[in-house]
Amino acid sequence: MTDLTLTRWKVETRTKASSAFAIVAALIILLALAAPLYLSRSVLQDLFFILTLLVLAQNWNLLAGYAGLVSVGQQAFVGFGAYAMFALVILGGFDPLAAILLAGIASALLAIPTAFFLFRLQGAYFAIGSWVIAEVVRLALAQWKMLGGGTGTSLPREATRDMPALKLIGELFGVKSSGAGDILTYWLALLLAIATIGLVYRLLRSKQGLGLAAVRDNQEAARSVGVDARRMKTLVYLAAAFGTGLCGALIYVQKARISPDAAFSVIDWTAYVIFIVVIGGIGTIEGPIVGVIVFYILQNLLADYGSWYLLILGLIGIVIMLFAPRGLWGLFAERTGIQLFPVRRRLIGGPVPVAKKGGPHG
Amino acid sequence: MPILALSNVSKRFGALTVADAVSFELRQGEALGIIGPNGAGKSTLFNLITGNIAADAGTIVFDGRDVTKLPPMQRCLAGVGRSFQIPQPFEKLTVFENLLVAGAFGAKKTEAEVGDRCAEILVETGLIGRANHPAGGLSLLQRKRLELARALATEPRLLLLDEIAGGLTEDECGMLVDTIRTIHRAGMSIIWIEHVLHALNSVVERLLVLNFGKIIGMGTPDAVMASREVREIYLGIEV
Ligand SMILES: Nc1ncnc2c1ncn2[C@@H]1O[C@H](COP(=O)(O)OP(=O)(O)OP(=O)(O)O)[C@@H](O)[C@H]1O
Ligand SMILES: [Mg+2]
Repeated sequence: MTDLTLTRWKVETRTKASSAFAIVAALIILLALAAPLYLSRSVLQDLFFILTLLVLAQNWNLLAGYAGLVSVGQQAFVGFGAYAMFALVILGGFDPLAAILLAGIASALLAIPTAFFLFRLQGAYFAIGSWVIAEVVRLALAQWKMLGGGTGTSLPREATRDMPALKLIGELFGVKSSGAGDILTYWLALLLAIATIGLVYRLLRSKQGLGLAAVRDNQEAARSVGVDARRMKTLVYLAAAFGTGLCGALIYVQKARISPDAAFSVIDWTAYVIFIVVIGGIGTIEGPIVGVIVFYILQNLLADYGSWYLLILGLIGIVIMLFAPRGLWGLFAERTGIQLFPVRRRLIGGPVPVAKKGGPHG
Repeated sequence: MPILALSNVSKRFGALTVADAVSFELRQGEALGIIGPNGAGKSTLFNLITGNIAADAGTIVFDGRDVTKLPPMQRCLAGVGRSFQIPQPFEKLTVFENLLVAGAFGAKKTEAEVGDRCAEILVETGLIGRANHPAGGLSLLQRKRLELARALATEPRLLLLDEIAGGLTEDECGMLVDTIRTIHRAGMSIIWIEHVLHALNSVVERLLVLNFGKIIGMGTPDAVMASREVREIYLGIEV
């Protein structure tokens, strides 16, 4: 077994399932892009909601599942991104589309001082600190009288109606500006979701992703093999702030009305998101996708139960955590060995006895 | 120029002195063994050299460069590779990926550049059969080998080994000694903490004896083992 033959070593990450899935994913993306052609406005609005939650969930998963940064204050960036967009549009006269991008950048900038503060805290204190920061940002923005103070404000109708992109869509699909608005925001959410998943996947497959996994497993050992754990976590934190802020701005372009309580809602932007990631499967890209679908179904089923809704949601979350600690996707992947976004580097070739060679499942 | 030079390095944990003005030098390509009773401060000495614990006083010079204030990551990049006494694998990563991280980051290369070398190290350390298994599923012996393998993957110029032979059978111990001797013959500077004296003495050129954080003997294995003080301390822990 130890005689080295001339066979070369090879490292592979792809699996059969993932290659097949890549084709399916391309088809799904095409179908989703064309959705405004065959789906009604209300379905598009629902899809917008799902896609934006998916983006928030992927960002939180990156933060907590990969970098071990369990934040319960990501609503800080949703709200800050949303307010930055409002300020840029109302006070700066920017096009809402440009404002969304700038709001993402503004959120990343906000994350620099908060990282400085938060990274001094460990474990539970990190979580509490992140929540405190979100509250501080909310209270500060509630003082901003030009944006409606504590009661909030609306986007002026001209600002959204006169967007050049809307006119184009309106003509193309023969719909009024409100319908065109739904199509545009849906497409943006779809684009953002695809980009987020694509970037996260790329990161995980890169050398930096490997380092991140090492830090997650054992920070002390990671530092001892040359991984800059702190830098890695800071970059993830900033990237998640950017993605979350961008998504927050997009959500509020669609809502067109903002208030501090709604934009910084810990339930809407963090509790639901954590629920989605945890029931779907933390630390996997597939997890949040499964989670958001389950969440959406539950929300519709439980819509009639009023305040029982949160309670039942919580109970379901607890049951899943107890019986499938790695989430629904984790449970499925464990049973089947299927990975749609594989990141494992498998060593093959060389003189190794290849594990499942010739087996019925290949 | 010595590859490593400690001068008057001290460390206290509260009232407990675990390193008491420790000074010694390691020549380039030398293998040094460290022995001493449990709690003597051997592992702490490693942690001081690697930066996992900051020294209270004294200086540590590695390869002509003062590294006393550098964090562990920088010292690894400078060429200090270490194993942990209590293995610290990246549990969810595979054995191969454990080495890949160490190679890619510790040796500052791309994954593609270090892949082959990592595979070779797995062959040398007898872990190749487990290459694609999560490290969390390894037995204690395999975890100890992984510590050695991962340290090697960082392409160190000084290798610090902390009790990697404990609990091995005679045969396994012999194989481990062969592996380390081969690495040493290729020019690696090594410091090896070990209670299994015959294994240690068949590799190292010099022994350092630590007791209550103080160096109480240093020299060739024969000379050190002949010293009365060392015999007393060792007899003390042997019973
Ligand atoms: N981080 C720490 N904080 C407080 N005390 C510590 C710490 N690390 C080690 N010690 C104490 O310092 C002393 C020396 O520990 P060390 O691990 O260096 O001993 P050792 O010589 O490696 O022993 P062994 O042979 O059992 O591995 C012990 O009494 C230990 O309890
Ligand atoms: Mg020790």
